[in-house]
Amino acid sequence: MKGILLHGERDGESRGLMARAHIDPLLLVGLLVLCGIGLAVLFSASDQSAGQVQRQVIRLVLAFGVMFAVAQVPPTVLRRWSLPLFAVGVLLLVAVLLFGDIGKGAQRWLDLGFVRFQPSELLKLAVPMMLAWFLSGYSLPPSALRVFFAALLIALPVLLIAEQPDLGTSLLVASAGAMVLFLAGMSWGLIALLGLLAAAAAPVVWHLMHDYQRQRVLTFLDPTSDPLGAGYHTIQSQIAIGSGGLYGKGWLRGTQSHLEFLPERSTDFIFAVIGEELGLLGILLLLVVYLWIILRGLYIAAHAKDSYGRLLAGSLTMVFFVYLFVNTGMVVGLLPVVGVPLPLVSYGGTSLVTIMAGFGIVMSIHTHRKIL
Amino acid sequence: MPLDLGFQDNRGENALFGRRVLLLVLLVVICLSLLVVRLAKLQIARHEHYSTLSEDNRIKIQPLPPSRGLIYDANAVLLADNLPSYALEITPEKVDDLDATIDALARIVAIEDHDRERFARMLPKRRRFEGVPIRLNLDEVERARIAVHGHRFSGVDIQVELLRHYPHGRATAHVLGYVGRINEEEMARIDVSDYTGTTHIGKLGVEKAHEEWLHGHVGYEHAVVNARGRVLERREEKAPVPGRDLHLFLDIDLQKDAIAALGDYRGALVAMDPQTGGVLALASTPTYDPNPFVGGIGHAQYAALRDDIDIPLYNRAIRGQYPPGSTIKQFVALGGLSLGAVSRFEGKYCGGYYQLPGHTHRYRCWRRGGHGTLAMEGAIVQSCDVYFYRLANELGIERMTGFLAEFGFGERTGADISGELGGLLPSPAWKERVRNQIWYPGETLIVGIGQGSFLATPLQLAAATAATANRGVYIVPRMVQATRAGVGKPLVPTEPVTRRIGVDDPAQWQAIVDAMTEVVEGRRGTAKRILSDDYRIAGKTGTSQVFTVGQNETYNEAEVAERMRDHALFVAFAPVESPRIAVAVIVENGGHGGSVAAPIARAVMDSYLLGKRVTLERNGAGDNEVGLDPEADAVTDPDPDPDPDPDPDPDAEANGAG
Repeated sequence: MKGILLHGERDGESRGLMARAHIDPLLLVGLLVLCGIGLAVLFSASDQSAGQVQRQVIRLVLAFGVMFAVAQVPPTVLRRWSLPLFAVGVLLLVAVLLFGDIGKGAQRWLDLGFVRFQPSELLKLAVPMMLAWFLSGYSLPPSALRVFFAALLIALPVLLIAEQPDLGTSLLVASAGAMVLFLAGMSWGLIALLGLLAAAAAPVVWHLMHDYQRQRVLTFLDPTSDPLGAGYHTIQSQIAIGSGGLYGKGWLRGTQSHLEFLPERSTDFIFAVIGEELGLLGILLLLVVYLWIILRGLYIAAHAKDSYGRLLAGSLTMVFFVYLFVNTGMVVGLLPVVGVPLPLVSYGGTSLVTIMAGFGIVMSIHTHRKIL
Repeated sequence: MPLDLGFQDNRGENALFGRRVLLLVLLVVICLSLLVVRLAKLQIARHEHYSTLSEDNRIKIQPLPPSRGLIYDANAVLLADNLPSYALEITPEKVDDLDATIDALARIVAIEDHDRERFARMLPKRRRFEGVPIRLNLDEVERARIAVHGHRFSGVDIQVELLRHYPHGRATAHVLGYVGRINEEEMARIDVSDYTGTTHIGKLGVEKAHEEWLHGHVGYEHAVVNARGRVLERREEKAPVPGRDLHLFLDIDLQKDAIAALGDYRGALVAMDPQTGGVLALASTPTYDPNPFVGGIGHAQYAALRDDIDIPLYNRAIRGQYPPGSTIKQFVALGGLSLGAVSRFEGKYCGGYYQLPGHTHRYRCWRRGGHGTLAMEGAIVQSCDVYFYRLANELGIERMTGFLAEFGFGERTGADISGELGGLLPSPAWKERVRNQIWYPGETLIVGIGQGSFLATPLQLAAATAATANRGVYIVPRMVQATRAGVGKPLVPTEPVTRRIGVDDPAQWQAIVDAMTEVVEGRRGTAKRILSDDYRIAGKTGTSQVFTVGQNETYNEAEVAERMRDHALFVAFAPVESPRIAVAVIVENGGHGGSVAAPIARAVMDSYLLGKRVTLERNGAGDNEVGLDPEADAVTDPDPDPDPDPDPDPDAEANGAG
């Protein structure tokens, strides 16, 4: 009896603790479960490399720390930082174009002397913040003129990032902005108009694309046209997933991945490892966890105190979904190959910190509902 | 600047936002459903298809070629071995720039122009994922260099291949033949599936005759490979059956002695064990090194062998078809006895020539003055031609060749060595068929002294002589005495093929054996110079009219003259009482059988029966002999007394036995 009472007391205490720490327990549980699954899969995908798993754990601890820190910042402060952050981000993008380091054929990194930094990551947060700030200042839905200005605010960083070139990130940044516009209630007529404009711009974009980007699109349309070249990734990842079947070949037992047929198996194509080793059931479990996080994020957005919080929380959650869908769609062959990691599961630290910072903002919005 | 009103979240705005969030939830659900549908298609509907692809990816079926059987001599001395050979291979599929890779490799190991040419030649014939050799026969240093630098090259590997090696090279070339790369013609003949992964096949000699035994049967394994084609794990499915080892009758020491005894002559020697029919030695000179043929002989090297005036590639022992001359007279005599055409002591007169009744043409005896009246033994001992003209005439061509055929003349002996020719036993039917001419009675006389169209190989002569030693048991000559599935497995002896020659009266056999013995032991014997104190020899000399192999008009007169001289022949067996060796020797353009061929046979018999190794190296055969009396050529005269090389110490043998 006493034990149960104590237990109950502690529960109450911890809930209160969570609230005081500006942590949303439901979202946190989802994130922790996802990261746990991710580490297990990474252990297999990296050929049981303890070193790689250890490095990833350190990154995760860092990322959760960032999330916790960001969650402490009240939305009102975030709101005030929106414009300066955006301005600094765009300036850094310009700086990257002028002075940036080249890695893997693209100019993405800025060497600040003590740390190498990818400014485009900052824009994944700064763009939705800027848009949310810009639109929430007036009554919603926004007027056509304001939508036009908002579109310009999105286009500027997106084009700068696409120029690096980094198709994946520019896509994510663009979608972050677009989500804010959509949530703000932008009219369907304008959505249709933008859609038409995008379609009209396609040939121009095609013309501006780099050869490797065009090749990816062509390969997506017909992977078998170059089975050992550009189509190799797609074909091998589909073989991996297909051969996994309903139940999978078993953890650590994937032949496609362990025999190195599957390229980028611990980073962009880690989803194929899950499909091969854990089967359709394992993937469904993973998708349920993702869905849990997304729905919780949208719930928080729907219950946010003000428009700024709603738009920002909704947009950040949806960017997380875009990550998920672009990556999985690429791996299963629904979408062309774009360098987008499977969020919180793929090996690598850059996007991890950004995503967790985003969830820090979401938690902040949820836990600072009382007007201070 | 937008105003921060704080209270702008009115009901309409709330509802709009709620609708938009719901739409997004719907979008999320639709997108994830799309994903799940796609996954279901991959993982359930097409699962089997992708499983197969995945298995195909990782499991490669690889043939396991059997290792070729080894070949040993009668004393288990290894004659044909399999040695590892290291080749540097490039897999085109895994290399972006072939030329750049080859250039880079050329800085590590020597890559010659002909290596590049071979590579370019083979490249289109191989599949993209198959290795193409850029360098063969890497030595130890080169292998080490590649081991150090190899990581810089993907798609470059060292392949180990077991290559046939003949440790005794030249000595065994005409016996074993050699193996070489399988050619198109052979591909059409063999069971290709059994040769998957096998690159070489027997081309000549024992290697070809016993291809089936030596090859064995291919096996298969399933190997797990990674994306780069590296084999990670082997799962043996069916082990190859290695080729059977062959144990020959051949005695490599005797073989080398036979070659040494032939020296610089062009010629051949076949020695057989009359009791088994086993070929103890089969020499043809000049000979060649078969080893370059295994890896692929260079064009210049091959041209030199092919165009050599002495034709070293020509196996005179089994393909050389010579008029046997007087070496068949004892067979004709035996035919006369057994067919009742003549009796042993019936005398025939030799006046130096013979004329067919009603003809004027004189068929001359080799002794112009004639032999006077001779009985059979004297006729054989002195090799009187007229006696055999008369006998041949009385026998008639049909009866005579019919009897000679029983000794294996006129067709291949059927020995288990590839490439044998059958010689020619002429007959009226043959002449009609081939030359469309009628048979003249005079030709019968010529056949009776082993000349004319009558052709025999040294192997045939040896087999016929062995049958004489056996008093009528003809054993088909055989190379292999036993086979074995591998070390430690039981030896399986081969069965001889024997037949009886239709002469049932032992006295008739004894008559010609006595006569052949007198050839060596008699005062007038044509081979009396090889008389031995240690054992008794029965033999018959022969001299055959020139049948020059490889005539070429560009030779100087002396050379041509040398090549126009008669062939010297000698057949013999010993010891007379219980024969252990039968020998046939031919020396092209050697002159007289008794002076040139008989000493060679004697040297080989001494080696086999007494263990006296032949140590004298002949030199200048032919060149400085032109015009000299053959009797003066005493270089190889194996006078038994001055023995420069005493018996191999019996102590060593005793030690070996202990």
